Amino acid sequence: MEVIEADRLCKSFGPVRAVDEVSISVKEGEIFGFLGPNGAGKTTTIRMLTGVLTPDSGSARICGIDIHRDPLAAKLKMGVIPENGTVYSDLTAEQNILWTAKFYGMERIPARNRAEEILACLGLTERRNDIVRTFSKGMRQRISIACAIVHSPPVLFLDEPTGGLDVYSRRLVVDTVRDMNEGGSTVLLTTHNIEEANELCTTVNIINRGKIVATGSPEKLRKRFDTTKYVEVAFEQPVGRELFTDARITRAEARGDKWRLYMDDPDQAVKYLASLAEQKHLRILSIATSSPTLEEAFVQLTAGA
Amino acid sequence: MVTEKNMRIYYYKGSVVIFGLLFPFIMFLTFFIGRNLDLVLFFPGFLGMMLFFSSSSTGPLITPWEKREKTYERLLSLPVILESVILGDILAGAVFGMVITTIVWIAATFLLHLSLMHAGVLVVALVLGAFVFAALGTLLSSPAMSNPSNVMMLSSLIRIPLIFASGIFIPLSQLSGWEWIVTSLSPLTYLVDLFHGGINGDAVYPAYIDVIVLLIVILLFIGGAKLIQQRNLMKGT
Repeated sequence: MEVIEADRLCKSFGPVRAVDEVSISVKEGEIFGFLGPNGAGKTTTIRMLTGVLTPDSGSARICGIDIHRDPLAAKLKMGVIPENGTVYSDLTAEQNILWTAKFYGMERIPARNRAEEILACLGLTERRNDIVRTFSKGMRQRISIACAIVHSPPVLFLDEPTGGLDVYSRRLVVDTVRDMNEGGSTVLLTTHNIEEANELCTTVNIINRGKIVATGSPEKLRKRFDTTKYVEVAFEQPVGRELFTDARITRAEARGDKWRLYMDDPDQAVKYLASLAEQKHLRILSIATSSPTLEEAFVQLTAGA
Repeated sequence: MVTEKNMRIYYYKGSVVIFGLLFPFIMFLTFFIGRNLDLVLFFPGFLGMMLFFSSSSTGPLITPWEKREKTYERLLSLPVILESVILGDILAGAVFGMVITTIVWIAATFLLHLSLMHAGVLVVALVLGAFVFAALGTLLSSPAMSNPSNVMMLSSLIRIPLIFASGIFIPLSQLSGWEWIVTSLSPLTYLVDLFHGGINGDAVYPAYIDVIVLLIVILLFIGGAKLIQQRNLMKGT
């Protein structure tokens, strides 16, 4: 069953087409990643899906409810973590959560119990009565998440949930998203962190200049570029690009103290590098063949953005 | 819920205290001190000015502040419609105005032994006036500005001239010609007139005229605020 559906969403800001006929379909229980470079249209799409922004054309449904025809019913089904994890700085952590819970019709005592439970999970019990203004960015983001999940929503939208967070906060956020998903929530998250998408998502959409350029599981997307295998080699002595003159090398890229060589047949590349090292009296420190990562698929799909 | 949040957060902001409490007192004292004026005669005008400034002081702050802090987007993603957000902002301003003005009225009544000709008219004036000027504050905050100080400046540019064209400092009965026409265009005039009717019984217009004008102005201000904020949602500002 599709829980989040968008049909040909379009949005322009003046002459700029920010989102151009974006259609997505997210099945129940999925963690769906929306990947793209800055300005690709991720946030604009999520704002239209959550009813914050009115699309120029197209429609969006959450659990079968049209977000722009019946926004209240649709919003009751979702929890939203906007970009930068904004919460009310002049309220305490607990006040932010309890105030949000009221919008979802939660009674005072169940809301308080749920707030306690979430604050404990997010490691903020001791700071529950502190004004959010005094919190670090990571702590604010955790409060933002607490507000979004207080009513245990079937659908969770996260816009760049781990942007600018320290390792500890990032881990907590990722674990909470995973826990919510295991608890039955369908998750749509935008990110430009490829590693995060690879780690969390079952399906990934790559958006560039307002258009979806690829859809699939992280592994399928990576496989699309599997033909371009490469060999990464590090020599003890520093070497220059002029060393790699063989016609079979299609591309040579310096990567720190290593060279990445693209060839159609990596096996041939290894043999070539071994003979090259012997001829030039070079000592190989490391050598490895690799397939493209999701990051490389992303870079190739969004090239020129 | 929107009102509760606004009351918790914005009542204590510096600009609300300055423009909502101190400013009307200073304006009145500037006009009153050193001149041999009848305080009882001018008190309805002062009360109108107090309600005008206090009710319209929170509105201009809320939306720009939330846009700057980016909490406006969080609010809109909650199960709440735009009309509720606008009414919540207006109600916060109106409650602030009514509470402050009631305290001032009670204190002044005891200290100056003021009369009360029509309690009902006074209550209607207090409630309607609070909503009119709270709606004005919300209307002023509706254009897509994320800097609260810009909105406060814009609101001062509109609010301050209004008090000079509203029968506060010169009684309506002493106005004629173009002064009368200009004064008739200000909604504050009808509020001050209602206060005159309620406290001293010396209103110029019949009470129902004042009430009708204030009701129309409330609807116009709310409609304007809704139209602008809906347009902002379309433009993404």
